Amino acid sequence: MSSDLARSGELTGLADAPSDPPAAAPAPPAAAEPGAWREQVRATARRAELLARRVGQRAGRAWRSSLQVRVGAITMVVAGVVVVIVSLVLFRQISDQLLQVKRQAAVDQSLAGVSYAQTEVAGIAAGDSASVRSTLSRTVSGLKSRGGAAGDFDVVMVYRSGDQVSPASSRAQVYESLPGDLRAQVTAGAQAYRYATVPDAEGNPVPTLLVGAPVPSDGASGDRVELYFAFPLDQEQESLQLIRSTVAICGVVLTLFVVGIGVLVTRLVVDPVRRAAGSAQRLAEGHLEERLAVRGEDDLARLATSFNAMADSLQKQITQLEGLSQLQQRFTSDVSHELRTPLTTVSMAADVLHEARADFDPALARSAELLRAELDRFEVLLADLLEISRYDAGAAVLDAEQQDLGQLVLRVVDGMRPLAARLDCPLLVSIPETAVVAEVDGRRVERVLRNLVGNALEHGAGRSVEITLAASEAATAVTVRDHGVGLSAADAQHVFDRFWRADPARVRSLGGSGLGLSISLEDARLHGGWLQVWGRPGQGAQFRLTLPLVAGGELTSSPLPLRPTGWAASRPAAGEEQP
Amino acid sequence: MVDDDAALAEMLGIVLRREGYEPAFVSDGARAVATFQQVRPDIVLLDLMLPGRNGLQICQDIRSQSTVPIVMLTAKGDTVDVVQGLEAGADDYVTKPFKPVELVARVRAQLRRGETGQAESLTIGDLTIDVPAHQVSRDGTPIPLTPLEFDLLVALARKPRQVFTRELLLEQVWGYRHAADTRLVNVHVQRLRAKVERDPERPEVVLTVRGVGYKAGPP
Repeated sequence: MSSDLARSGELTGLADAPSDPPAAAPAPPAAAEPGAWREQVRATARRAELLARRVGQRAGRAWRSSLQVRVGAITMVVAGVVVVIVSLVLFRQISDQLLQVKRQAAVDQSLAGVSYAQTEVAGIAAGDSASVRSTLSRTVSGLKSRGGAAGDFDVVMVYRSGDQVSPASSRAQVYESLPGDLRAQVTAGAQAYRYATVPDAEGNPVPTLLVGAPVPSDGASGDRVELYFAFPLDQEQESLQLIRSTVAICGVVLTLFVVGIGVLVTRLVVDPVRRAAGSAQRLAEGHLEERLAVRGEDDLARLATSFNAMADSLQKQITQLEGLSQLQQRFTSDVSHELRTPLTTVSMAADVLHEARADFDPALARSAELLRAELDRFEVLLADLLEISRYDAGAAVLDAEQQDLGQLVLRVVDGMRPLAARLDCPLLVSIPETAVVAEVDGRRVERVLRNLVGNALEHGAGRSVEITLAASEAATAVTVRDHGVGLSAADAQHVFDRFWRADPARVRSLGGSGLGLSISLEDARLHGGWLQVWGRPGQGAQFRLTLPLVAGGELTSSPLPLRPTGWAASRPAAGEEQP
Repeated sequence: MVDDDAALAEMLGIVLRREGYEPAFVSDGARAVATFQQVRPDIVLLDLMLPGRNGLQICQDIRSQSTVPIVMLTAKGDTVDVVQGLEAGADDYVTKPFKPVELVARVRAQLRRGETGQAESLTIGDLTIDVPAHQVSRDGTPIPLTPLEFDLLVALARKPRQVFTRELLLEQVWGYRHAADTRLVNVHVQRLRAKVERDPERPEVVLTVRGVGYKAGPP
């Protein structure tokens, strides 16, 4: 049933596919078969391409990362090229020389042969064809038996009388394979030689030196005798083959040898350098006792000595600094305790007086108020001083954990609302819809933001203060923008300085210590983050805090611009502070 | 009230008496535990830096004998001292210099513990909590908890589906109105887990929700 349906579907599928979707359905499997095959081929090709790319990448990485690989490869290429050139030249020289000697001997022999033949065939023209043939074969065997300096050879003599050509040869194949142009040259009366291939007795082609010369005859003008010598070059070829393979093997061995030496020499240098690099890295990781072994008195030993001297001095300085830092830390915490206990008592006493001020006469009541207010300031100042001294001592520790920054920003803003209400300053918050979770020290980030928002409110001249949170893949940023008195370029340079005030006469509504922004900057730095400022006199200012999403992450850019929109880079900003 | 600074102790006495409390003072750390056994106070205020004996040691000793609330007075608000103090068994801490109001608020919050509400029985993980009897048990075996740990567990158990942020727990369990030190929560969750979890490395009763806070384990 279903197969019937499928078949009918296949038949009608194309015709009425749009109106009959179920019928069209079986069609794809039929088409899929070649498609699948093609897909397979394509997948294989992709795999091969991927593999090739991976191998290439690995080679590239080895090339970049290993001096030894680089030296080895370069030596191999250079030595290879030199060896190839040298062996080509050498081989050419040897073969030229070999052939030249052979040719010289051959020519000499043929000249001797010619003069011998001349005497033998002196009266050949007078005889009939039979006597001609016998003379020729006699001469040929005579020549062959004489031998010569040019090694094994064959002889062909050709007697030409008008159209009649009668050859005699010590081996039949030689005559048949005499090249036409050689014969033409000899016929014309010149001595000539050629390299040609002549089959040997078994019919295997053998490279042969053919030398031809006319035998001068003083007989009738139409008669000519030509004498050809064929010197097989198989021995020379064998020698050349031997030389060629020897040269090739020597070349390869030489190249490998040179590469080996290159790699070995590089290794001699690279190994100590690698050891030094490893030691330097371990030193950088904090293993201050790491040293290099000094062997001999060469450059590498000097490197090791200098390295060790550097490590010694580093270790000494770091230990010294650590000692100082510990001392400072203890001092800080002692001062902290010693100061705080009496301050607590004084502060509590002031509070008791402050609460009872209604019973005092006005001067005493006001005194109690001032005492209370100034003690608050004193406490803030003490806390800030201790905090900054902790930073100076390098004792500040990042206590980072996952935090929802949106919640954190809202918390800070909520905490600031009473002050904002008092200054009649609207606080506008913009937070992305998806939660921004970052690994930060919430206490410090809150402190930074409280500080920034507080400053913005204080200097915002009652205009709105905008707080914006944004995040990218690696970083998150909070900007705090006010539209108040703003900052000049000179101000922006100093805004993070300790105890710096833009306008000493300005009323402070927060009673800050003058250390707030310095601490904020340190807090940002402790996170590996940035705290920057943009400002224009009379146009307000914008502070931007950028933090990596993961503690210890590297910052490359901020998700928010430092200049507010509308102040794009058309003109240089009044001031920017890049920590 | 354990503190070596006579002036501060006297001042604290004035403040606490004005609030209607009856403080007893020890200035020497060595006599702190003996005095504790003699006086049987409702709450201990303990200075961490004491002559004679280390405040941490006293804290541990008192905690080993009693579940009385302990509030540390510390001059080092953001060093490891606080975490050490909390780990030694302190329930809360105030950083010098503190305001009388602040201290009194902490004391009140700690003393309010034990005033439990309606009779109810809760379950969290595989634990059963009998709220009015202040008892937590697994398979009928009671697990002793300090009042703070108990309150922390009850807070989580009362709303089993809710994820509690550390801030929310600070507000509900410690009574902080404003943002406070979240390390209080972290340390006490660790201490609580050490007592109630079968394997504190793999908590089943108090679960961590990364980046947010804690929630109750499914029963």
